[in-house]
Amino acid sequence: MHLDHAHHGPAAVSADAARPDGTRRALRIGLGGPVGSGKTATVAALCRALRDRLSIAVVTNDIYTREDAAFLLRNAVLPPERIRAVETGACPHTAIRDDISANLEAVEDLEEAVGALDLILVESGGDNLTATFSKGLVDAQVFVIDVAGGDDIPRKGGPGVTTADLLVINKTDLAPYVGSDLGRMARDAAEQRGELPVVFTSLTSAEGVGPVADWVRAQLAAWAA
Amino acid sequence: MTTRAALLVLADGRFPAGGHAHSGGAEPAVKAGRIRNAQDLADFCLGRLHTTGLTSAALAAAAAHGLDPLALDQAADVRTPSPALRAVGRKLGRQLMRAARSTWPSPELAALAAARPRGAHQPVVLGLTARAAGLEPEDAAHCVAYEAVSGPATAVVRLLSLDPFEATAVLARLAPALDRVAEEAAAAARDGIDALPAASAPLLDITAEAHAAWPVRLFAS
Amino acid sequence: MSVKATARITAVPDGRGATALPVLESEGPLALRRTRSPEPGYARVTVVGAMSAPLGGDRLAIEARAEDGALLAVDSAAATVALPGAGPDAGRASYALRLGAGEGAELRWLPEQLISACGSALDQTTRVELATTARLVLREEQILGRHGEDTGSLTTRLTVHRAGRPLLDQQLAYGPGAPGGWDGAAVLGGNRAVGQLLLVDPVLETASLVSRVLGPTAVLTPLAGPGVLVTALAADARLLRCLLDEVLEELLHGLRAARGA
Repeated sequence: MHLDHAHHGPAAVSADAARPDGTRRALRIGLGGPVGSGKTATVAALCRALRDRLSIAVVTNDIYTREDAAFLLRNAVLPPERIRAVETGACPHTAIRDDISANLEAVEDLEEAVGALDLILVESGGDNLTATFSKGLVDAQVFVIDVAGGDDIPRKGGPGVTTADLLVINKTDLAPYVGSDLGRMARDAAEQRGELPVVFTSLTSAEGVGPVADWVRAQLAAWAA
Repeated sequence: MTTRAALLVLADGRFPAGGHAHSGGAEPAVKAGRIRNAQDLADFCLGRLHTTGLTSAALAAAAAHGLDPLALDQAADVRTPSPALRAVGRKLGRQLMRAARSTWPSPELAALAAARPRGAHQPVVLGLTARAAGLEPEDAAHCVAYEAVSGPATAVVRLLSLDPFEATAVLARLAPALDRVAEEAAAAARDGIDALPAASAPLLDITAEAHAAWPVRLFAS
Repeated sequence: MSVKATARITAVPDGRGATALPVLESEGPLALRRTRSPEPGYARVTVVGAMSAPLGGDRLAIEARAEDGALLAVDSAAATVALPGAGPDAGRASYALRLGAGEGAELRWLPEQLISACGSALDQTTRVELATTARLVLREEQILGRHGEDTGSLTTRLTVHRAGRPLLDQQLAYGPGAPGGWDGAAVLGGNRAVGQLLLVDPVLETASLVSRVLGPTAVLTPLAGPGVLVTALAADARLLRCLLDEVLEELLHGLRAARGA
């Protein structure tokens, strides 16, 4: 047993790429964004798009426990043993950034319970524009906003919009109804984010999540390399 | 070597060991209407401090003193009739263990982590952490006693939108009682494992089980 | 004038399928009577004399042991009322229960309530030593004050060891002189009747037990060992007993079924 050895000193840090038994752990991707922007719908669509090829699990961080997890369970996007809900004590951004211990425990429990996983999606509770994931918890993060929340959100910036590895602008199908200017959102986002990618999605059809799924596959390829 | 600053790091509410998601029984007490204001919170905290607070503080002091952590882990089980609270104790112990080993790596912490991979009881881990940080048993007891009241106070600020100044004043007024409990816990720890207190709180045990089954809740316990 | 008294009970199998009582010693206010057992095989002892004891300063003890294979049931004829002693210097009273059960033995300890009268001061300790295959049914009820009066000062400690290892340790403290907060939302929440019902049985080692909420102030919890504990609070003694009686009957029925299976 080199389990104890692997846990010594700096190896205990959370972003360690190996599990205690020496195998490579799953890639962890965080999904954050304001309330109602479609985080849970994006997670559900990603699971449906990727589950045939990849072994996936999900950790949800609800404001009230289990609501998002219950949605995923009801819609049967994954078997129940692959979905964990973390309680956040009314502070979802604390659980994904300042004190990530409950989330780290949840991802470890999933890998122990389900076996080898390729991908763990960590969904944040709906929060404000400043909520970002700790690098100790996730390897890459997606920030989901939507056109109905106002086309000035990309211009306002904030850590989520500015620094997320992928910015998803969701619900493009609603743009004509809410008077949002997609071109303006794209230009503002590019200004805030420089080279970092931005995709537009509409989840009304099964293929809608395609651009996000493609980005996740690219991250996985880089992780496995 | 004792360093007072290390105690501040360990006792800081921002120490990343998972405590922020736990109300220490305050969430069910608020729901049941037993905590409605700062006075109720003060009574709740005083009761918790003198029961599970004292018991946990003594376990932590004993671990910091160098008593066998596995025997202390069993002593914690024996003093925790509620399975929900035993699970919470081990969950928080596991989360603290992660933070502790990143902050103050020690062979004793590593050995306990290997012996209890699903988590040892939090006060036992905290006692060993204090030891690794060069702190005294009474420091460990102080830290646990303070957590026993600061967790519920923070939770009630969120649950009742209680004025945070009032909640902090409640904690400040508890300071002399906290000092006495820490002293008593450390004294008991010096007398060995059989002398450790087992003070318990019936309502905390009862409501913890119901709370663990709530489908919708803000706090993990 | 304070009293120091110890009553002793030892139960052994009589070799004919029943239980004999080679030791049955009363002392002072603690009078023991062998009474008729409703269940075959059990020896039943009723404590008849403890009604107005212990007074302040008294030191009372009962030692009861079911030796290997013996079936012993102990109850009492009336509630035990802790009363103030004579004069201000009487000091605290103590009531020590030292209980034991050997291999294959069963001890049922089902006394009436302990009532902490206003002005009294009592420390009760219950220490139980069980062999690996011993069975225990134990009920303790603390009533804080007689009808309409304030409570006295009461501490209790219940310590159970099984096969030499600790199984349960619980300390309670109420009333004047108790650490603050005992009546608050974490401990009693204003209730005046507190009860514990403990069952230990080797069949519980393999049973997959889950805790059960029995009401807003009562819960059944499996211990970290082959035992279950019911913790209950109620406004008064009668409500508490109703609750404990119901769950006791159900648990005994379940255990008989488990042993029969």
